[in-house]
Amino acid sequence: MSKKEFMSGDEAFAFGVKLAKPEVIAAYPITPQTIVVERLSDYVADGDLDSQYIHVESEHSAIMAALGSSAMGARTFTATSSQGLLYMAEGLPYVSGSRFPVVMMNANRATAVPWSIYNDHNDSMMFLNSGWIQVYVEDAQEALDMAIQAFRLAEDPRVMTPVMVNLDGFVLTHTYELVEIPDQELVDRFLPPYQTEHKMSLDAPKSVCIGVGPEYHMEFRYRQHHDFDHFPDVIREIDSEYREKFGRGYGVLSEQYRCEDAEAVLMTVGSITGSVREVVDDLRAEGIRVGVMKLRYLRPFPTEDILSLPESVKAIGVLDKNLSYGYEGTVYTNVNSALSRGNRRIPTKDYICGLGGRNISKENIRQIYLELLNPAAIQEGEKVSFVNLHLDQEVDKNG
Amino acid sequence: MLDIRWYGRGGQGAFTAARLLGRAASVYEGKYAMAYPSFGPERRGAPVWSFTRIDDRKVIDRAQPEKCDCLIVLDETLVTEKVNEVLKPESVVIMNTVKPEKYGFIQNRLVTLDATGMALQFLGRPITNVAMLGALLGVTDIVTLDHADQVVKDNFPTKLYEKNSALLKAAYASVRGGSEE
Repeated sequence: MSKKEFMSGDEAFAFGVKLAKPEVIAAYPITPQTIVVERLSDYVADGDLDSQYIHVESEHSAIMAALGSSAMGARTFTATSSQGLLYMAEGLPYVSGSRFPVVMMNANRATAVPWSIYNDHNDSMMFLNSGWIQVYVEDAQEALDMAIQAFRLAEDPRVMTPVMVNLDGFVLTHTYELVEIPDQELVDRFLPPYQTEHKMSLDAPKSVCIGVGPEYHMEFRYRQHHDFDHFPDVIREIDSEYREKFGRGYGVLSEQYRCEDAEAVLMTVGSITGSVREVVDDLRAEGIRVGVMKLRYLRPFPTEDILSLPESVKAIGVLDKNLSYGYEGTVYTNVNSALSRGNRRIPTKDYICGLGGRNISKENIRQIYLELLNPAAIQEGEKVSFVNLHLDQEVDKNG
Repeated sequence: MLDIRWYGRGGQGAFTAARLLGRAASVYEGKYAMAYPSFGPERRGAPVWSFTRIDDRKVIDRAQPEKCDCLIVLDETLVTEKVNEVLKPESVVIMNTVKPEKYGFIQNRLVTLDATGMALQFLGRPITNVAMLGALLGVTDIVTLDHADQVVKDNFPTKLYEKNSALLKAAYASVRGGSEE
């Protein structure tokens, strides 16, 4: 029987990984790492999880050890955060190009300098081009559920692509909530042991084709790219089966909340979605037609979902917890590209927020919606704005 | 929705208390709760703000609450007139102090107890978090004393549980006055 426990996002994710029974865990434990790997280390040491825990000397070694163990056909997990993820940079396309289904948990934190261990998305956004699937979760329950789904997705023979599951640093990783823990037997049935022909073997030796010349490279990239086209169908299939077995599902690449007949829609990524849902409810209660679209996956990107927004939508805002310096938030770039692909002309505005852990209040979100309800002004005005910026004021040290 | 805020210093267990209360409310009383510390590096002795939010429906708003319904002070050296800014008119302040007369500037209902003295008596150490949890329940009935005792039992090894359980009940009784069962 499933049971309920009061857990942090870290603990929930670690428990999800335990239920998924990885055969190898490779991680480096120093800041900005989270206690996900600490809990897993405990599980292995206590005999609750039969896994080889490789205590490596850096994040670069962690991803390379993960590459090696996945190449041997072992279910493999690693976790990191912020600068640690940046230190893994070289290994990320090695794993994705080799099509090894490593699962990684990343605690989203700001990047240096100024150095900060507080939350934003500048770390993972740097790696949208790394060939990894990227998913962002909203709460501790979704964290646990996606820990399990991520292995199933990565290892699906139609996918064979590594998955990065992103949890907002502190806001999710350190916050305790009620979490339903699925039964191990059910998880075993949903996620059988990883089996693959795609591995190093003395009995059936094959090359991993680590280098090719110009005559093959581009065709390889073309296939890697177009394989992403059918990932949404696999994600849908996995989520439906998960819902059947465990009673919880999350939709596919995105989730629309009260977007039907909405005039203004805000796009969110990660844990901020909860507060935005509440503001939507408040405004709807006042008769103001607004909705929120939670972008769960950024690779593959929910282009079709965005294009399916109703005709009533007159303006779209994007909450970007990241910034491509000198241009705009990265989610904004992607949303505009999706709209352009579908030839939909809807005024959009980028709201850069939460950088380095800056608080975003429900009042801030309400003001954004009220602004979006004037589409002509959105059309004419500045496209990139900053939420809760205090350039000329004394900054409250508590954020 | 109830917002409970805990003021303490790293090592005093303010976050443990926030978490125990959230666990009692959610796992044992069928409500929903969220508990989190003030985010940042963890350092012994540094000020720690902790938060517990309790509601009948799932708590999904993660913005830092500006005000609280109950403010629980484990370490009175953190208290200045600024605390009034986080209080609503009906908020209650529960403070570990033997000098309540110093806090005339607090405009709200103030309940005080010598939690440090009690902790020294029951635990032999000035760790006041469980005492302050007991005091909170003595004042507010947010969760039952039995359920609080149960989460203390879940959280501590047997020997420590017994001492903390006695401390929890004594602190509860001390603010309850004659009205406890």
